[in-house]
Amino acid sequence: MTDVLTEDPGRAPQRLDGPDKVAGTARYAFEQPVDGPRYLHLVQAGIARGRVTGTDTSAAEALPGVHTVLTHENAEKVNAGGELAVLQSPEVAFRGQVIGAVLAETPEIAAHAAGLVEVTYERHPHEATFGADDHRAQSPDTSSPMVTEDLDQGDVDAALEAAEYTVDVTYATPPEHNNPMEPHATVAVWEQGELTLYDSNQGPYVVRDVLAPIFGLDPERVHVVSPHVGGGFGSKGMPHAHVVATVMAARLTPGRPVKCALTRAQMFPLVGYRPPGFQRIRLGADATGRLVATEHSALEQSSRLAEYAEQSAGASRDMYVSPNRRITNRVVALDVPVPTWMRAPGEAGGMYALESAVDEMAQACGMDPIEFRVHNEPDTAPTSGRPFSSRNLVTCLRRGAERFGWAERDPRPGVRREGDWLVGTGVAAASFPSFTIPGSVATVGYADGYYRVEIAASDIGTGARTALTQIAAEALEVPLSAVRLHLGSTAQPKASLAGGSSGTASWGTAIVQAARAFRAEHGEHPPEGAETTTKSEPDPEAGTYAMNAYGAQFAEVRVHADTGEVRVPRLLGVFAAGRVVNARTARSQFAGGMTMGLSMALHEHGVVDERFGHVVNNDFAGYHIAAHADVGSVEVDWIDEHDPHVNPMGTKGIGEVGIVGVAAAIGNAAHHATGVRVRELPLTPEKFLTGR
Amino acid sequence: MDAEIALRVDGQRRTLSVDTRTTLLDALRERLGVISPKKGCDHGQCGACTVLLDGRRVTSCLTLAVAHDEAEVTTAEGLAEGDRPHPVQQAFLEHDGFQCGYCTPGQVCSAVGMLDEVKAGWPSHVTENLEEEPDLDEEEIRERMSGNLCRCGAYTNIVSAIREAAE
Amino acid sequence: MKPFDYERADDTDGAIATVSDDPTATYLGGGTNLVDHMKLGVAEPGKLVDITKLPYDFVETLPDGRVSVGATVRNSELAASHVIRQSYPMLAQALLAGASGQLRNLATTGGNLVQRTRCAYFQDPGTPCNKREPGSGCSALEGWNRHHAILGASEHCVATHPSDMAVALAALDATVVVRGSEGQRRIPVTELHRLPGDEPERDTVLEHGELITSVELPAPSDSARSAYRKVRERASYAFALVSVAAVVEVDEGTVRDARIALGGVAHKPWRAEAAERELRGAPATEENFRRAAEAELEQAEALRDNAFKIPMTRNTLCAVLRELTREDRA
Repeated sequence: MTDVLTEDPGRAPQRLDGPDKVAGTARYAFEQPVDGPRYLHLVQAGIARGRVTGTDTSAAEALPGVHTVLTHENAEKVNAGGELAVLQSPEVAFRGQVIGAVLAETPEIAAHAAGLVEVTYERHPHEATFGADDHRAQSPDTSSPMVTEDLDQGDVDAALEAAEYTVDVTYATPPEHNNPMEPHATVAVWEQGELTLYDSNQGPYVVRDVLAPIFGLDPERVHVVSPHVGGGFGSKGMPHAHVVATVMAARLTPGRPVKCALTRAQMFPLVGYRPPGFQRIRLGADATGRLVATEHSALEQSSRLAEYAEQSAGASRDMYVSPNRRITNRVVALDVPVPTWMRAPGEAGGMYALESAVDEMAQACGMDPIEFRVHNEPDTAPTSGRPFSSRNLVTCLRRGAERFGWAERDPRPGVRREGDWLVGTGVAAASFPSFTIPGSVATVGYADGYYRVEIAASDIGTGARTALTQIAAEALEVPLSAVRLHLGSTAQPKASLAGGSSGTASWGTAIVQAARAFRAEHGEHPPEGAETTTKSEPDPEAGTYAMNAYGAQFAEVRVHADTGEVRVPRLLGVFAAGRVVNARTARSQFAGGMTMGLSMALHEHGVVDERFGHVVNNDFAGYHIAAHADVGSVEVDWIDEHDPHVNPMGTKGIGEVGIVGVAAAIGNAAHHATGVRVRELPLTPEKFLTGR
Repeated sequence: MDAEIALRVDGQRRTLSVDTRTTLLDALRERLGVISPKKGCDHGQCGACTVLLDGRRVTSCLTLAVAHDEAEVTTAEGLAEGDRPHPVQQAFLEHDGFQCGYCTPGQVCSAVGMLDEVKAGWPSHVTENLEEEPDLDEEEIRERMSGNLCRCGAYTNIVSAIREAAE
Repeated sequence: MKPFDYERADDTDGAIATVSDDPTATYLGGGTNLVDHMKLGVAEPGKLVDITKLPYDFVETLPDGRVSVGATVRNSELAASHVIRQSYPMLAQALLAGASGQLRNLATTGGNLVQRTRCAYFQDPGTPCNKREPGSGCSALEGWNRHHAILGASEHCVATHPSDMAVALAALDATVVVRGSEGQRRIPVTELHRLPGDEPERDTVLEHGELITSVELPAPSDSARSAYRKVRERASYAFALVSVAAVVEVDEGTVRDARIALGGVAHKPWRAEAAERELRGAPATEENFRRAAEAELEQAEALRDNAFKIPMTRNTLCAVLRELTREDRA
């Protein structure tokens, strides 16, 4: 074992791409040097549902510097469905859908010309919003591997009837938009039957595998290059419409690169979002505060163009004991853009509702919310009966309580005031599944005194480039400086996408297995040019254990007595997420998740205007995300957890568990501060003004 | 409508032809290939495009290149002295003040410009006494850096990095 | 963005003549609002006359004690100016509560005054808006109007003026100096901005071609206390939900004078004259503050999403008055 892994953030390696990133010289998709590019600007539907009856492109085409105006009338026919069936028909499925694109010599000309395209429509009635008891609710298509079936164990209704304490509450969450700082962008070069995409994504092979069949191309002739990605949070997990449009434009102009970057406003309808929803939770507890019934029914928005079914109610499957349990996820399909994954899809919203309801239940039982959770801690996964590979939620809660000073907490709501501010504290649990996706391929080679490690992983800001280099160095038992890791391109062997917090586990497993095979094949002193490529094998223990990362989130909240302004001076998260590969970057990722959770709790809200069918506040002035001044102290801690079952490194994902539970902890603290229980995110000032 | 202008970018004089519509940000990125300032929103709402324009931090997306003939532009790339990163950049590395890196050059330029503003005695929204020299505590840094959004949530590390660099 | 000509003005009269003679021409200051609007397709000028090099970059104390602020002084410079910090701290507070450091380094005094509403529908040419396209209808009236007006709105427009600085200037009784082809005129800042009425496309009383050259502040008062309080959901870098600028003079527990302006509640910085009347001569008590606030808000009308602004304005005004009249306040 080398010293490349350390629990000490101060000693953990700094990001290997750090010097380039602080100078701004790390090249993101749009910045890849290409010769003589043209620029593509998208034209978007001005109605929410109907069909395009006419497109007058003459004014746009008359502008000097305009090369082509693409519409459904002249675009090539491709083999795609859903949001990727770009310009294939005059049908409009949501406002903001791509209905054209202008290719021009400069970005200024392209944008100007896009505004000159005159479109006429036949408007059809549309539906863009829904309610908690919506008659349009339907079961999602459970044939999708992402969708779980309803669960109904025991007799929930009878148990609720017999329960000593009950809670029946509905929590509402708004549309939330991923909004990575780097807008989605792609540069397409079509030359001699080869397509090269410099693209901002969470998995180069995903882009290749999706794009190649759409255009009928041999995947080997599609090259995707993505060395640096400016965040994604799920929205870059799958290619979106602009990539298809850009490839179409590139295929019209062989040899001339085509650059397309979405505007911030275009990102709102075109790259997915966390769907809004209503979650009803019914809990029943016996006289000792032990849960006897848990019902979690989630109703969330989907799109008529393609189904996306968030699994928010799944959060309640294995969290706490409860002999009677009913879990349902329903969707309402509307004439809106297709939602997608956003950091901890399902858990972020689901655990907000569950952990808020649990706080209400603890209060109903007259119990401390930490003790209530400990009292309801299961020994095995409640719905499957499987053992946990490791579960240290209670340790997280206990350690957090000690560090946060929980013992001194007066449980009464609305009784603390410092100056003009009402002060409260809250807690919530976090959980996120640990995925290790098999099938990633890694190559280890040796030349010029360096070990070359290749895998088409993605570093979207997670620190994967650094962590995987460490894992390789450890597996090869060489210093960090002896490893050269290459990722982010289909020039490297195939890897799974950066999603589901599975990256380090999945790619790391592939690297460890390749490194072991390399040593087995070539020994401690490999010959120049030695090389081994292996594909990672499935974890033999997958399916045997319930595998999850856990955490305890603590928040201090201040609510202004006069104005209702909500501030969060302190967050503390204590996590149990297996082995930590790089304490420096891991701490950042946990803190980043918590910060996004704070943002979700206080600010984020895509406002849909039913009349037009679009998100009205489609910029950063209207759609607020937390700024520097919103974020006070964010403390991160984790416990030393050894889980021999999850994967060879013993790591669990850390990218998403950090956001889970934060909004609940903040909402619970806001209630503790004010006595006002707000059951609708975000926690904006007006919601605390009632009666003041 | 095109215009010929000259800019001094990171110490180097560059002449270029710009459309009057070209923002300073697009002139740097698309005309001069200076990619350090980033386009995050193009509306002055995120700060990723922050550069030092004649020594002052500004959002380069909301100002037209044609209005800055002969101006001095410093990007994060130009802050380093040779191979040695600027102290603010060094502190960002040590404190892991970034994740995806896209807002980072803007944060760095903003921090450098902000520290100069503090040196000049400029107050901020959270400065208690407007007539006294501001004391650059964490609250001050947070307020003064609020024009730079970071979606990865590196704020706390950025604040510690700036604190250290300010010392 | 439509192509346009760009000219840098060397002298004021030339600039005024150029813009006055060309209905498509407009002045360019810091650009933070205009360039944004040009990108959005909200403004489509044929010519920009850049006035940032005209000689209006000054903050000077006039012989009679008034202070004159040039129109091209950047918001950051103005907030940092010693005379402003010492004599008009409320103005510095308002400036520092606005936008971000980077934007304040670009934005000018004149530009700040003539900035336009941030109503999402106004900024989106894909939706009807009477301010952007007279007669097309107001989308905010029945739409997302959380940030919209509770005072002085019309059926044609419910937008709010977004400036913080202008709210402070309104409470300070500042005067705007304007030059046009007909010469110079002086407009009290409280009369610069209009209520929407049936001409919401006109934000101000300025005629095409008129240029704000400076803003004059009355000589500072030694006995007055002032404060600017901005309420917003994000702790920084956000427009006001509600803001209050107040200047009060208290003598032995009685309010001698009060000048109050409200932001985020109307199409213009809203001078709270009814509240001022209630306060003048009244004991500085919580009850009187509340009565004053309620007198002002009697005329308030809430829309679908902004009813909260009525209690929020009342509470904020009371809190500011409470703070300003505290006995122990220096």
